[in-house]
Amino acid sequence: MSKLIGIAASSGIAIAKAYRLVEPDLTVEKKEIEDSAAEVLRFQDALNKAKAELEKIRDRAGKELGQDKAAIFEAHLLVLSDPELIAPIEDKVKTEKVNAEYALKETSDMFVSMFEQMDNEYMQERAADIRDVTKRVISHLLGVQIPNPSMVTEEVIVVAEDLTPSDTAQLNRTYVKGFTTDIGGRTSHSAIMARSMEIPAVVGTKAATSEISNGDLVIVDGLTGEVHINPSAELVEKYQKISSDFEAQKAEWAKLVNEPTVSADGHHVELAANIGTPKDLKGVKENGGEGIGLYRTEFLYMDRDQLPTEEEQFTAYKAILEGMEGKPVVVRTLDIGGDKELPYLNLPKEMNPFLGFRAIRLCLEEQDIFRTQLRALLRASIHGNLKIMFPMIATLVEFREAKAILEEEKQLLINEGIAVSKDIELGIMVEIPSTAVMAEQFAKEVDFFSIGTNDLIQYTMAADRMNERVSYLYQPYSPAILRLVKMVIEAAHKEGKWAGMCGEMAGDETAIPILLGLGLDEFSMSATSILKARSLIRHLNKAEMGQLAESVLSLSTTEEVIEAVNSAIKL
Amino acid sequence: MVEKQFKVTAETGIHARPATLLVQAASKFNSDVHLEYKEKKVNLKSIMGVMSLGVGQGAEIKISAEGSDEKDALNTLEETLKREGLAE
Repeated sequence: MSKLIGIAASSGIAIAKAYRLVEPDLTVEKKEIEDSAAEVLRFQDALNKAKAELEKIRDRAGKELGQDKAAIFEAHLLVLSDPELIAPIEDKVKTEKVNAEYALKETSDMFVSMFEQMDNEYMQERAADIRDVTKRVISHLLGVQIPNPSMVTEEVIVVAEDLTPSDTAQLNRTYVKGFTTDIGGRTSHSAIMARSMEIPAVVGTKAATSEISNGDLVIVDGLTGEVHINPSAELVEKYQKISSDFEAQKAEWAKLVNEPTVSADGHHVELAANIGTPKDLKGVKENGGEGIGLYRTEFLYMDRDQLPTEEEQFTAYKAILEGMEGKPVVVRTLDIGGDKELPYLNLPKEMNPFLGFRAIRLCLEEQDIFRTQLRALLRASIHGNLKIMFPMIATLVEFREAKAILEEEKQLLINEGIAVSKDIELGIMVEIPSTAVMAEQFAKEVDFFSIGTNDLIQYTMAADRMNERVSYLYQPYSPAILRLVKMVIEAAHKEGKWAGMCGEMAGDETAIPILLGLGLDEFSMSATSILKARSLIRHLNKAEMGQLAESVLSLSTTEEVIEAVNSAIKL
Repeated sequence: MVEKQFKVTAETGIHARPATLLVQAASKFNSDVHLEYKEKKVNLKSIMGVMSLGVGQGAEIKISAEGSDEKDALNTLEETLKREGLAE
């Protein structure tokens, strides 16, 4: 019983007997030959056989893994037709009167070392491609067979020094339960292939081929990167449990991707995602997001030396709206200041940046910046279901001013003959206690609320969230915070409006039961938390959570709240 | 001989798949076809030659062709570059 540590390249647990994918002896000896013309023909014959084999592997990979994964074999085939490789080999055979194997090895080694010496991980990995292709031709010249994992007929874990792309494509998914290699990293072909085939894999163990013999029982832990060789019965049992839990959870969550988020007693809520750029849309879809609850537009303004143009912004907003195909997209207007600085705006340093000139305060003052963003948003509005919200609103006057500017820009666009959606909902972030307290008045004028808990907690508790010494005051389950959340949700519902939440708290397993009970309509969180949250909500009864929420609001401390939730959920 | 300059626009530069497409296209012609980047010149029918250049986004490259079908070759390569959104 021993253990190897490598890189977890593809998640999951595999337990099976080892199948060593170790090459036949491909050692090449230098020989003198008499008939160089015949030797060139022998070389071309081996080349053609290797090409035919690669074409088969390519077609199979195309069918099983998709065309993009098969593309690598197109490149391999081109290597076998590369005039810069083939011509020197044939020349060498003719002029030096050496055997084809030797000429091939010498020439390809030159290319391999050229790629290996390049200062670029991608190029270094191309060296492996050339080795892979060359070996196939040499095996035909030597008349030996490269082992073929597709011939395996029982469940195995493949053990290899490195799995070349052609090896990986030949893995028979019915029998190959996982693999482990001596070399490779998370970006090597073997790792990428393993993930797309969803086979657990641990690469870069350094010693898999020297430590593991054919037939050894092996556990590949693609979650942590451990490989166990001939494990104890207890360990096998432990891993069977981990494996079945992991598979069950994955299967359970995956089923929920296209499901609505409905509580056990039939109440629907919306699970949306927080995003920063259009690139995040892929994750939103894969995790079944029902909308975008917070698009942080700051990222458009950061890591550059000037403001983004209207056109640049329009392109990003349009991409997101179209990408969401009519599902709601809540865009937060520029929230800069506080911990998020824009050097090119040359704003003076402040003593209390979180309480200073930031977000809507800045936008109402620097109206050029604000108007450009609003125009871009309004123009994009016809491409999807856009909702706009203003950050850091403290008073109704601020909201009215911001809304007036939006209406002005809308009218200007309409006068210019540019189409603007008629149904853009307009809401605010609730992150300042004064706004939560005045929610009833706000609810008469806004279309929705989105509670930004990260800031609401720091302002309510008067605890700077960047200061570690007061971090104990960051208490999302504090009855003080929960009461404010309740006020906001009730105020919204009283006016027939909706209330969402886009802080960390919305995806928190302890907070979700309370928030569901309080009647929160939309929960916006990082995309990867969505399926877990959906699974939780489907197990909760909203009416019961309503009683739970009511009872925790009268508790005195955060600790009591946590305890109450834990005991209620267990029941 | 005919030649033309291009600017690489593809985010990934001319690697893997783009390199494959270009080499496949060049290999159809009898003319000698070359790719030049940073004063290095390689055979555009050689996948290893093309990949060894490490052409990235924003690179200025030159493609030249010489032989009986040189014009066709250059046109085809230009078309491939543009159709695949690799360069302009």
